[in-house]
Amino acid sequence: MSEYLYLYRGGQRGTTPEESEQIMGKWMAWFKDLTAAGSLKDGGQPLEPEGRTVAANGAITDGPFAEAKDIVGGYTLIEADGIARACELARGCPILDRGGSVEVRPIMKLDM
Amino acid sequence: MNETASDRLFRNEAGRMVAALTRLFGLHNLGLAEDVVQDAFCRALEVWKLRGIPHNPSAWLMSTAKNRALDVLRRERTARNFAPDLGRLLETEWTLANTVAEVFDAAGIADDRLRMMFSCCHPQLPEAAQTMLVLHLVAGFGAGEIAGAFVSTHAAVEKRLTRSKRTLAQTGPLFDIAGSADFAQRLPAVQRALYLLFNEGYHGASARAAVRSDLCREAIALTRLLAEHALGDVPSTRALCALMYLNAARLPARLDAFGDLSPLYEQDRTRWDRGLIETGCDWLDRSATGSEVNRYHVEAAIASVHARATHFEATNWTQIVALYDTLLTIAPSPIVALNRAIALAQLRGPQAGLDAIAAISDRRRLEQYPFYHAALGELERRRQRPAVAAKHFDAAFSLARNDAERRFLKTRVAACAAAAS
Repeated sequence: MSEYLYLYRGGQRGTTPEESEQIMGKWMAWFKDLTAAGSLKDGGQPLEPEGRTVAANGAITDGPFAEAKDIVGGYTLIEADGIARACELARGCPILDRGGSVEVRPIMKLDM
Repeated sequence: MNETASDRLFRNEAGRMVAALTRLFGLHNLGLAEDVVQDAFCRALEVWKLRGIPHNPSAWLMSTAKNRALDVLRRERTARNFAPDLGRLLETEWTLANTVAEVFDAAGIADDRLRMMFSCCHPQLPEAAQTMLVLHLVAGFGAGEIAGAFVSTHAAVEKRLTRSKRTLAQTGPLFDIAGSADFAQRLPAVQRALYLLFNEGYHGASARAAVRSDLCREAIALTRLLAEHALGDVPSTRALCALMYLNAARLPARLDAFGDLSPLYEQDRTRWDRGLIETGCDWLDRSATGSEVNRYHVEAAIASVHARATHFEATNWTQIVALYDTLLTIAPSPIVALNRAIALAQLRGPQAGLDAIAAISDRRRLEQYPFYHAALGELERRRQRPAVAAKHFDAAFSLARNDAERRFLKTRVAACAAAAS
């Protein structure tokens, strides 16, 4: 078993309260599925689209940092038996219905 | 809003709020759930004093509790473990708000309250403690009110509740209302607690009032919740519903225009609630499935015989005595035997009733029950022995538990004393 980080990118947010509620319902269902499969390691958190970037020269700039489709909207830590399985699980993510994508990154194990 | 109105509101809402919060925090955090409820009540009193009572105070309280729950869950999610089965969904903002909303919506609250009722009836707790916990945590009774119901002191009940709640918090996760085997096992204890809650409202030992229809309504609402659950909808639950509706139908006539207790033979039957009688009879019909007949069936049947009699003399006493005979074999108790004796007196005269009372084997257990002495008084009065009757009514008077009972018995003592002289 290895750990993988899902980085959620892009994806349109709901424009009406009803739509937002419907989207959150889908996220609920997805997290329940991941939990039931024993794959959810840490639910992680959604992220605000706005923020700051601190540069090496000390400059602090406002977000957004990239095009809307590239903004990381949140993360989740999962556990899976190989990256293929991790990608297969990611197919259920509701963000895919909203034009977003899931980046699946193995957690690096640093042997010292 | 005066003190009693807000008391009533808080009692009604406390059970819902504690149930929902315990669902989120886990049974082991029962104390935290109770703190949040207290906090919401304090906040309500403060805010309402300044801004007036909101349009829908119940909804206000609920959303305050909900917001406080979100605060607590966010602040302490690393420090505490919350509901084990919701744990993951409460850890992350992806699902936190939605999960809390589901627990607090109407269907969620109904399930939360059922879970709490069944959790309170954990077999590790003695029967009296189970009932106290249901009264306290589900129906929102304070220690003082429970002391009234159990003929105990405020301090003793407080101590007992603290101990029972500590035990309850250690019994593991909240009861799983979808698990059928455990459900059936605890169902009788839950039914008994609801039955006692209803009785407390119907002829409670409360010092303040002889009839508390709000408790009866609450008992009916909770029993309906049970009957609406797939596993709770069994003949005995339906019979319990029938029993409650049929007795509740007589509530408007139990107190006369002066707030005095009115015995069955003097009640103005036009004040009986026909709608409730009909509902009760429906439940009774629906309870007649399967082979099991339990005390609720029989007690509901007795109530239905009374309900069908348009006036006291039209009562089918043969049927009532027969039903009490059945009840004595299913659930023998000196109180049931006493009621049977009173019914027998209607059928065969006061002497037969007195003989039947004398034959009750553990009659001594009735000594502290005011209506035992009142029954003896009534039968002696009918036997034209007013002096003896007055003595019995006097004994009943000294045991009476509230003003309505005292007023009722005092007029009996006076009438018999006058007839004797």
